[in-house]
Amino acid sequence: MEPVISAIQVVPLEHYVFLSFALFSIGVTGVLFRRNTIILIMCLEIMFNSVNLLLAAFSAYHSDPSGQVFVFFIMLVAAAEVTVGLAILVMMKRNVDSVDVNQLNRLKW
Amino acid sequence: MQYFFYFFALISLVSAAYVVSARSPVNSVIALIICFLSIAGHYILLNAQFLAMVHVIVYTGAIMVLFLFVIMLLNLNTVGGLRKSVATRIAAATSGGLLFLTLVAAVRQGITVAPQVGALDGSVGLVKSVGICLFNDFLLPFEVSSVLFLSAMVGAMMLAKRERPSDLPKPYTGNELVGATPPTMDPSNTQGSR
Amino acid sequence: MPVLPLVGAIINAALRRSLSGNTSGGFATLMILGSFVVSLLLFMGHDPAAHPVKIVKFFDWINVGGMEIPFAFQIDALSLTMMLIVTGVGSLIHLYSVGYMHDDKRVATFFAMLNLFTFAMLLLVMGANYLITFIGWEGVGLCSYLLIGFWYTNTEFNYAARKAFVMNRIGDVGVVLGMCLLFNLFGTLNYVDIMDRAGSFGTGHGMIVGATLLLFVGAMGKSAQIPLFTWLPDAMAGPTPVSALIHAATMVTAGIFLIVRSSVLFELAPFTKDIILYIGTATALLAASIGLFQNDIKKVLAYSTVSQLGYMFAALGLGAYSAGMFHVTTHAFFKALLFLGAGSVIHALGGEQDIRKMGGLKGVTKITFITFLIGTIAISGLPPLSGFFSKDAILAHAFQDNKVVYGLLLFGAVLTAFYMFRLLFLTFYGTYRGTAHPHESPLVITVPLMVLAALSVVGGMLNVPHIFGGDEGMKTYLATAAEGILSERLGLSHTTEWILMGVSTVLVILTIVYAYGRFVKKTTLDGDPAQLFGLKKLIANKWKLDELYAMLFEKPYGWISAHFFSIGEEKVMVPLMTGVGNMTLRAGKVISRLQTGNTSFYVFGMVAGILVFLLITLFVN
Repeated sequence: MEPVISAIQVVPLEHYVFLSFALFSIGVTGVLFRRNTIILIMCLEIMFNSVNLLLAAFSAYHSDPSGQVFVFFIMLVAAAEVTVGLAILVMMKRNVDSVDVNQLNRLKW
Repeated sequence: MQYFFYFFALISLVSAAYVVSARSPVNSVIALIICFLSIAGHYILLNAQFLAMVHVIVYTGAIMVLFLFVIMLLNLNTVGGLRKSVATRIAAATSGGLLFLTLVAAVRQGITVAPQVGALDGSVGLVKSVGICLFNDFLLPFEVSSVLFLSAMVGAMMLAKRERPSDLPKPYTGNELVGATPPTMDPSNTQGSR
Repeated sequence: MPVLPLVGAIINAALRRSLSGNTSGGFATLMILGSFVVSLLLFMGHDPAAHPVKIVKFFDWINVGGMEIPFAFQIDALSLTMMLIVTGVGSLIHLYSVGYMHDDKRVATFFAMLNLFTFAMLLLVMGANYLITFIGWEGVGLCSYLLIGFWYTNTEFNYAARKAFVMNRIGDVGVVLGMCLLFNLFGTLNYVDIMDRAGSFGTGHGMIVGATLLLFVGAMGKSAQIPLFTWLPDAMAGPTPVSALIHAATMVTAGIFLIVRSSVLFELAPFTKDIILYIGTATALLAASIGLFQNDIKKVLAYSTVSQLGYMFAALGLGAYSAGMFHVTTHAFFKALLFLGAGSVIHALGGEQDIRKMGGLKGVTKITFITFLIGTIAISGLPPLSGFFSKDAILAHAFQDNKVVYGLLLFGAVLTAFYMFRLLFLTFYGTYRGTAHPHESPLVITVPLMVLAALSVVGGMLNVPHIFGGDEGMKTYLATAAEGILSERLGLSHTTEWILMGVSTVLVILTIVYAYGRFVKKTTLDGDPAQLFGLKKLIANKWKLDELYAMLFEKPYGWISAHFFSIGEEKVMVPLMTGVGNMTLRAGKVISRLQTGNTSFYVFGMVAGILVFLLITLFVN
């Protein structure tokens, strides 16, 4: 396993950190940018993935498998969340006949 | 080895950017799939084999297919169309950029990668060690997540169920009781029927 | 034991709408009689030689820091004397009120207040430290206000009640400050402790003089001395039993009681005693002079009360504490008698109080006339009635210490006799000048009158001086309680005493004859105050004191209040308060624009929030 580790160690951890941050920021920008709800949910997925990547990198660099277990759980929750989110989207399409997120404007007193 | 890293990093960044800016939703989905595959590549680089497999199967295989289904079934493939106002988009881009910069600055200031504790173990990431960790330390969350899935499934079904007119509550017209005999006064039942 | 009147007060107040006059009155009187019986028992069980002072402690009341004040009663000769007076005369007056207030709509409230007053007065006299006495002090002030303004639908009466309360309050400030000084000096407010420790201070100690002066200020307010006496004549707006109980027998004597209680302290402050003497004498003369020209029965009696109180204070100022207390006792008898008699006359005439419209009543209201006559003789100081003994004791002490004061007090006695007999003659002799139908009052009114008359006659026996062969019972009795009495010494020779008594008696008899000649034979009435000239006019207008006070105090105060209102209230406070409200509303409107309902806006807000937090963390660290 030695070459694997030495191979991993070549790339310093900070690179993974910056990559993750960049992906996260792109996801945030996407959420604020788009009006289509489907694409909104997809940008959420980008954010999830950036976090997963970071966790996995740390886990590999610290030889701690609990990081990867946590990534597993995050994927789990993300799956459930996508399910429910798409169901809501279907309802929305059925009720207001549009997937524009600005149509959801009743959330005030 | 680092060239692989930069290669995959580049692909993921570009495809993520395309997801955000694509005009057609289907294009976004395709770009997202490419992004996911590049992230899977990252996982393999990190020797996180189990994660890479799960990622490809669950995320790319199941979730993205689900997205495509929904887009196709609901005819959401409108090209162009919805766009936010210019001011909002500028504000959004600014926020995103600011966020990135802030995070970087925070990390630059504070980050010191702690030295390794104990010997490095390259076998982290193999299915065996992930499995051992999962079923020893995280058994309870694992079981509870099944309940989570159950609730998600039930919720999705209830939310998406199309209500047939026969399922909606009917208004009371009183015609159902025409011809029926009135209820007898049962002394043992004076509590009230509601 | 003071609980009995309190119970009576509470029950009467609670059931006031449903109780009739007789029931509530009877119940209240029973309560007071019960207290009287208990007082009698205590009196008889009290052995002055062996255990002069008995302290009954109920509970530790205040225990803060270095200040420890128990809730305790002190049973000694002085408090027993006052208790007997309060409950005894009080029960007679309650009985009287059953008849007098029979037709009033708010009878039960009246009796509740009377009982409450008695309760407060009992607290006052039975307290073992200054603070409990002060509770009673304030309580009687409050009840006095309630009772004076009993017929509250009349605005004038309300003013009178308020005036009484305010002047009392001014005195209360003096008492509180005095208590603070005493506590500062002695570390305790208990009477026994203070009296014990006071011996270690020499005379003229600054703080003791200050404290005694302040206590005297309180006594001035409560017992109507110059300058705080103008409330008492106006207090005649209350029903007559109220005047009898509060303003003749009990409340106004609270000031005297306080000073006698602290006699040890006053003995150490000769400066204060001098001041008391001067003010007492001045009050005695001033009030007597005003009483000469009054035409309302109750007002004459009111000024006479003020004058007699002046006598008592003069006695205290001379160091003759037991003589002062003796006069308190006899004054309670005959002044209550006189007030109740006046009430009987008013009741007989259906509410008429102006003596110019009375006359010739001695044939109609016989019992009232006889008792009133007895009272008048007593107050004038004719032997062998009680007033003679008490007043002469004071005069004798005055002659011994200060001849000028003696002369003034003697002159005051002459004036007293004159105006009292003027009252008697104008009311009862001659022909009837009014328009009502006079009739004798019922038994329930006349019986107390008779009892009080009897007491006025024999009350002198309490303290018969040596030259008559008596043993000065009251003085020795009281000396066990108030040690200041021990320094009260009458060093005159017997001959001098006889001469003094003879002089005063002769002068009084001459005055009576003169008054008889003037008011019965010639039947002249003093004309309208507007027709009098010069000094007489001034005196008839009560020396214009009320007007003086109005100009000195009420006008500037009113001016300040008005200005505070127009500037402070309207220009500052109101804009401030409404401004706060307006500001909140406007801020709310602005902030409510954040709630657009737009989902993407909310997401944007979230991101912005996270950004801000990160930035803060960045810059703080």
